[in-house]
Amino acid sequence: MDVSTAITPPPAGRNLHRFANPGRFLRLSGRVLPVVAVLGLGLTLAGFVWGLFFAPADWQQGDSVRIMYVHVPAAMLAESGYLSLVVCSVLSLVWRHPLADLAAAEIGPVGAAFTALCLATGSLWGKPMWGAWWVWDARLTSVLVLFFLYLGHVALVRAFDDPQRGYRAGAILALIGAVNLPIIKFSVDWWNTLHQPATITLTGSSKMGWDMKAPLFLCAAGFFFGFVALVLARTRAAVMERRIRGLLMARAQEADAA
Amino acid sequence: MTHLTYIIAAYGLTVLVATVFSVDAWARMGRARRKLAAIDPRAKRSFDSEAKRS
Repeated sequence: MDVSTAITPPPAGRNLHRFANPGRFLRLSGRVLPVVAVLGLGLTLAGFVWGLFFAPADWQQGDSVRIMYVHVPAAMLAESGYLSLVVCSVLSLVWRHPLADLAAAEIGPVGAAFTALCLATGSLWGKPMWGAWWVWDARLTSVLVLFFLYLGHVALVRAFDDPQRGYRAGAILALIGAVNLPIIKFSVDWWNTLHQPATITLTGSSKMGWDMKAPLFLCAAGFFFGFVALVLARTRAAVMERRIRGLLMARAQEADAA
Repeated sequence: MTHLTYIIAAYGLTVLVATVFSVDAWARMGRARRKLAAIDPRAKRSFDSEAKRS
């Protein structure tokens, strides 16, 4: 069999491999990163100021409802971050996309941090409202499982001497863990939970006024851009570190041969 | 404002996590860039032209 045809990526993955070139990725991400970082910082700050000082307090929960502006975006990112990990895992396992491996390894710690933030801020909101820091309710437990999945991914990717084996094992774990995402989403409908059901839905009418929804959307957008900026910056660093390792290895081999 | 302690803790924690991760990512990128520029002259040229553009 002709070697060139054997290593050609499948047709659907050919376009994806255009972005696997490290130089092209560094150039492109170098232009995108400052814009995304400024958007993330600006929108989050605007959302925080609006949510803390201008949005109304809740008639039942009082000012503790302001924790929503950090808790809900963190929860959204914990889930969508894991979804991006799943996408990277598919790209890695099916098309062997080298950047997908690096991106997945960098999404793990950031996603784990946002999930921890979601759990911690939820706890800080739960204590004054429910009278308990923690309850073993379906929503809270499934998010805790998500946190452990992130930690498992971080550990597994770094557990092997051969990075490729680590990436592969991490990708398989991420795919298996994807089953937890619908459980988190529908836990409040499937089980009788202390955690409230979704207030904002795509189909039904919202139970929240625009004076609360607007800062929430601002914070959610800010968190999203912040997450993208962090992952981009970490992936850029990882690409450069891999290039450094490659160059040093090549030099060592040349020195050995000489 | 009611529940002020909980609100400050929640926002403080968020700012702390965001700051730690941002500083770490920035520092890691800077370290990698300097190291790469030191061992690969081609990379140094491309970083210089990138810096000029921005």
